[in-house]
Amino acid sequence: MSKAVGAERFSTDIAPPGCLWAGARRAGVPHARVVAVHTREARALPGVVAVLTGADVPGANLQGIVHKDQPVLVTDTVRHAGDAVALVLAESREALAGALSLIRTELVPLPGVFDPEQALAPGAPLVHSGREGGNLLAHALVEKGDAPSAFAGCDVVVEGRFETPMQEHAFLEPPNGTARMTRDGGIEMTASTQAPFRDRFEIGHALGLNPMRVRVRAPYLGGGFGGKDGATVQCLLALAALHGGGRWVKMCWSRGETFLAGYKRHAARVRVRLGASRQGTLQALDCAMLFDSGPYAHLAVEIMALAMEHAGGPYLIPHTRIEGSCAYTNNPVGGAFRGFGVAQASFAVERAMDSLAQRLGMDPAELRLKNALRPGDLNCAGVPMESPAGAAECLEAVMAHPAWKERDAWKAQAPACKRRGVGIAASFNAMGYGRGLPDAAAAKLELTKGGTFRVFNSVPDMGQGNAAAFALMAAEALNQETAAIEVVQPDTRLCLPAGSSSASRTTYTFGNALLKACGAMREKLKARAALFLLADEPDRLAIRPGAVVDEATGRSVSLSQIGSMLQRDDRICIDQFVMPVVENPPDTGKEFRLGFPHRMYSHGACVCAVEADELTGQVELVRCVTAVECGRVFDSLGVERQVQGAAAQGAGFALLEDLHVEEGLIRADGLDRYLIPTALDLPPLECVSVEGDEPTGPHGLKGMGEVGVHGPAPAVAQALEDAVGLVARRLPVNPQEVLEAMGGEKP
Amino acid sequence: MSGMVTLTFTLNGAPVRIETSPGRRVVDLIREDLGLTAVKEGCGSGECGACAVLVDGVARLSCLMLAAQLEGREVVTAEGLGTIDDPHPIQAAFAAAGAVQCGYCTPGMTVAVAELLARNPSPQRHEAREAISGNLCRCTGYVKIVDAVMDAAQAMGKETK
Repeated sequence: MSKAVGAERFSTDIAPPGCLWAGARRAGVPHARVVAVHTREARALPGVVAVLTGADVPGANLQGIVHKDQPVLVTDTVRHAGDAVALVLAESREALAGALSLIRTELVPLPGVFDPEQALAPGAPLVHSGREGGNLLAHALVEKGDAPSAFAGCDVVVEGRFETPMQEHAFLEPPNGTARMTRDGGIEMTASTQAPFRDRFEIGHALGLNPMRVRVRAPYLGGGFGGKDGATVQCLLALAALHGGGRWVKMCWSRGETFLAGYKRHAARVRVRLGASRQGTLQALDCAMLFDSGPYAHLAVEIMALAMEHAGGPYLIPHTRIEGSCAYTNNPVGGAFRGFGVAQASFAVERAMDSLAQRLGMDPAELRLKNALRPGDLNCAGVPMESPAGAAECLEAVMAHPAWKERDAWKAQAPACKRRGVGIAASFNAMGYGRGLPDAAAAKLELTKGGTFRVFNSVPDMGQGNAAAFALMAAEALNQETAAIEVVQPDTRLCLPAGSSSASRTTYTFGNALLKACGAMREKLKARAALFLLADEPDRLAIRPGAVVDEATGRSVSLSQIGSMLQRDDRICIDQFVMPVVENPPDTGKEFRLGFPHRMYSHGACVCAVEADELTGQVELVRCVTAVECGRVFDSLGVERQVQGAAAQGAGFALLEDLHVEEGLIRADGLDRYLIPTALDLPPLECVSVEGDEPTGPHGLKGMGEVGVHGPAPAVAQALEDAVGLVARRLPVNPQEVLEAMGGEKP
Repeated sequence: MSGMVTLTFTLNGAPVRIETSPGRRVVDLIREDLGLTAVKEGCGSGECGACAVLVDGVARLSCLMLAAQLEGREVVTAEGLGTIDDPHPIQAAFAAAGAVQCGYCTPGMTVAVAELLARNPSPQRHEAREAISGNLCRCTGYVKIVDAVMDAAQAMGKETK
C-alpha cells in the first residue's frame, strides 16, 4: 500500500538537508586521447566545492563486475561518449550545472570502431591500445556431438543471419544515490542498486578503500531490469563523498545521462544453420554469435556464455557447434538486461525454426512441440534437463488457446486495409549464476520484542516483488498474518550477504535461505515457549498467529511475551542457502570461468497476433499470450505480473525500441525519441501458467523474472511473415519494411 | 534574494504561502521545498508522467510547469488523494489489483486516473488506456493498471450511490 499511495521512499527521495550535489562531465565523443581537462573556471564558480579529474582518483580507478577495465574517471583515453572525464561537487544543482558547463576538455579525436565485425578485422582501431587479443574480448566454443558431420545426414538445412539491437532499460527511476564519508574514513551510501553487497567491493577496489568500511543501503528500486546491476553512480558518488568533508552528497543522473552512460542490452549478430530430417526431427545446429560489448567488458563474457547455453532454444538437437565472440567497440556499454543474452539467442533460433517449418511444410507449432526438450534430454550445451522441463507443456498450453486455435477464422476477418497474422515461439531461460561462483544468500530473521517478525532481506526488490514474496513465505512458514512480518530492505550493515537481484534467482535463493531460518525460528519459539508453559516436550507445542499454544493443556504464551523476555541475539535466527550446480557438467565451455552451465531452467511459449496496416505499415500487436513453467506457483498474481511486464518489454524490443546509434552516438537519447510501449501500444497481455515442481525450490518454485521476455520478438516476427510475408531478420521491425513487404506482394 | 516572488496556492487542501523563484520547476518546488516526494521525476521532459499532479482538477506534468503558474491554483498530489491508513479508492484498487510493481510511476498514474474518473465515472477499458497513455510504466504492461481503473470506477460508483 505504501507504493500505491506514493509514500514509499525511493533512493531518489532521500535528500538530507544541506546536502551537496555531485555530477559528472561526460566526454561526448566516442574515442579520443585526453590532453587536458581544464577545471579552473569551474572551480572558481561560487558554490562549487570540488572539481575532480582522473588524477584525483585513489585506488585502481577501475570498475567492472568480473573484468576491471572501466575507469571511474578517465585519465588518458575516452572510449565512449558516456565516459566521465570530471566530477563536480557543488552546493546546489544550479551551481553544479554551471560548473559542469565551464569544464573545458582538450581531446584529440581517435578513429573509432563502431561495428563488432569491423572491430575484429585486421588493422581496426584498438579500443584498448596494446591489449593482447586486440578488440576480441572473448571467444568460446560449445560443442556436443559432431555437428559438421551431422549436417551431411540432414534432409533439410536452413541458414540465416539475424541481428538484435541494443535495448535501453528505461526504468523510470534514474540511477541515483546519496553518500557521505564517515568519521573513520569509510563511506555510507544509499543507492538505487541491484547489488549492494557487491557494490562495497566495487567501490573498495576502484577507490582503494576497505570494502568493510563501505555501507550500502538499497531501498525499493524504481525499476532495474539489469540496468542497475553494476556500478552506475556508486563509484562516482563514493569519490565525491570522499571530498565532501563528511557532508551528504547526492547524485542523480538525468534521463539523457542515463541514455548516454547507462548499460544497454548487447547488440548481437547471430548466424544459424539448422538441419533436420524430412520428418522434422532436429539433427544439427551450427551457430556463431557476435556481441558488441562496447568499450568495457562489464558482463559481456557472461552474457555471451548464457546466450551460447541457450542458442539451440528449448529443443533437443543431438549435434551442436556453437561459437561465441564478443568485441570491444566505441559504442555504448553493453550490460545485463532481463534475458541476459538469451533474448538475442532466442530470436535467432526461433526464426531459424520458422524457416525450417516453412521448408518442411510443417506447422511451426508442431515442429516446436515435436522437438521440445523433455526431462532427461540434453540441451544444446549438453546439460541434462532435470524434471520438470515444461517446454512442451507451455507450447501445448498456448496452442490450446483461442489465439492460436482459432487463428484462421480471425485472420479471415481482417478489416479493410489490414492484414493479420499469428506467430508462435518457445523459449527457456536458465536461473541463477551457474557454475563458477556460489549462488548464495544468507537470511536473517528476528522476533521483535513486540512479537512480530522482521525479515532482513539481502536482495533488492527492483519491482519484481521478491520482498512481498518473502513476507508471504515467512508468514506461511511461521503461521502468522502477513501484517506481522516486516521486511527490512537490503543494508550491508544490517542484512547478511547475498548475491545480486538478477538472474531470476532472488526468490529461489533467498527464499530457500529464509525458509531455513524460519524453520530454526519455529524450533526456537517452541523451545523458549516450553519454558513459559512448563512443557517438557516442545514438539507438542503449536505456533499460532501471535502465540505459541500447548494444545494438551490449553495454555499459551504470546509471541510478544517471548520476544520481550529474550536477549536480542536469541531473538535472531540465521540460515543460508547455496544453489546446487550441475552434477556432471558437460565437457565443454571450459573457457568460461563463471556462469556456465546452469542446472535449472524455466520455460515459456508465446503466441502473438498482429495486424499490419496496408497504408502506413504500422503494426498493431493485437494479442499476446504467454505461458510459463517456473516450478510450482507460489504467488500467482506475482507470476502474472512478471509475465506481463516481461511480455511488454519483449513487445517493445520487437516493434518499437530503437536507440539509433550512429558512430557511437545515441540519436534517440530520450523517452521522446526512444519509444517504449504505452498503454495504447499493448493488448491485454494474457498469461497462462503451467504448473511444475522444482524439488529444490522454496515451495517448489523456480525463478521466472526473465523467461517471459523472449517470446514476443520471434512470435511477432513469425506473425508478420504470416500476415505480409516479411522475413524479419533484425529488430525492431519498422513500418517501412512492413510496407515494402506488402508492396512486393501486391504491386 | 532578488527575483523572488511570494506565491499562494492550496496544496492538498492546505494553503501554501512560499517565497520562491518564479522560474523554479514545480516538481522541484513540491518535492524539495515542500517535501512531498510522491511526485516523482522520471524524465524531466514531459514524456513519462511520473511527476503528474492535479492543478485545478487537471492532470499536469510538474516537470514542465514553473512555480509562478501555481499562483491561486488548487494543487493535489498523490499524497492529497490518500494515505496508507486512508487510501483513495483508486489507490486501494491499485494495491488490490496488483497494479503496482516498482511503484515509481504509480503516484503519477493515480493522479491521471483521478482526473479521468472525475470527468468520466464509468470509463470503458479503452478509455482507461487512453487516459493513462501519457504515463509510462516499464514494469506492468499496463494490464493490472487498467484492471485497477475499472475496479476503482466501480468502487467509487457504489460509494456515491
